[in-house]
Amino acid sequence: MSKQVDTGISYRSYYLGFGLSLVFTLTAYFSVSHHWFGRDGLIGLVVVLALAQFMAQLIYFLHISHEAKPRWKLLVFYFMILVVLILVLGSLWIMNNLNYHMTPQKIQQYLQNQDGGI
Amino acid sequence: MSESVAVRRQENDSKGLFGFWLYLMTDCVLFASLFATFAVLRIGTNGGPTGQDLFNLPYILVETLALLTSSFTCGMAILASRRRLRTQTLLWLAVTFALGIVFLVMELTEFRHLAADGNGWRRSGFLSGYFTLVGTHGFHITIGLLWMAAMFSKVYFKGLTEAGIRKLFLLSLFWHFLDLVWIFIFTIVYLFGVIPV
Repeated sequence: MSKQVDTGISYRSYYLGFGLSLVFTLTAYFSVSHHWFGRDGLIGLVVVLALAQFMAQLIYFLHISHEAKPRWKLLVFYFMILVVLILVLGSLWIMNNLNYHMTPQKIQQYLQNQDGGI
Repeated sequence: MSESVAVRRQENDSKGLFGFWLYLMTDCVLFASLFATFAVLRIGTNGGPTGQDLFNLPYILVETLALLTSSFTCGMAILASRRRLRTQTLLWLAVTFALGIVFLVMELTEFRHLAADGNGWRRSGFLSGYFTLVGTHGFHITIGLLWMAAMFSKVYFKGLTEAGIRKLFLLSLFWHFLDLVWIFIFTIVYLFGVIPV
C-alpha cells in the first residue's frame, strides 16, 4: 500500500524541480539586470521562463501528473486556469479599452458636446 | 477486515487531498484577481515613483532564492517523513521554517522602507495594487509558518503518526503553491517593474 502512495514522489523529482527552478529564475534575473534584449524581447523571454518554472514546479513539486485514473485534480486545475485567464485577460482588455476611449481629448470633446446640448 | 479498513483509509486520504487541492485552486483565483488589479493599476503612479525607482532587484533575488530553497527543503522533509525518519523530518522542517522566516523578514523590511519613504499603499494606485498583492502573499506565508510550527511540535512530541505524515504532505502542497504564486509576483511585479519602457 505504501508503495502505491509513494509513486512519483522521489528525491530525483525534487532535485530536478529545484535545479530547473534555479536555472529559470537566474536566467530571468540576469537577462533583465544585464539587458540582454530590448523591451519586447525581455518581456517575452521572462514570461516564457516563468511559465516553464510554473510547469516544472507543478510536475516535480506538486506532482500533478501522478494521479490515478479519474483525474479530478487535473480537471479542476484546467478549470482554474480557464477562470484565471478570463479574469486577468478580461480585466486588462476592458480597462485598456476604457483608457483608450477616455483620453483627455475625448473627455474634452464629450464635455463640449454636453455643454452645447444644454 | 484490516484490508477493508486500509482501503477505506486510503479513500479518505484521497478525499482529503482532493478537498485541499480544491482549496488551493480557489486560492489561485483569489491571487488571479489581485494580479488583474495590479496589472490594471500598474501604470497609475499618480506622478509618484514607478517600479524602476523603487525595486532593488538583487535584494528581491535573494528573497526569491530563500523561498525557492525552502520549497525544496520542504520536499526533503516530506520524503524523510515517508521513510519514517523522525529526526531528519524535524531537521528539514526547521530549515524550511528558518528560510520562510528569512523571506518574511526581508519582505516586511522592504515594506517598512517603502512606507518610511512616503511610498505606502496610499501613495498611488500602483502602490495600492502592489501592497495588496504582495501583502496577501506574505499573509499566506505567515499562515504557512504558523502551520509549520504546529506540525513541527506535533512530530516532535507525538512522533510520526500516519495522520501526521498525511498532514505534512498537505502542508508541503500549500508551501509549494506559495512558491508557485511567487514565480509570477517575481516576474510580473518585480522583473516587469524594472524593465525600462
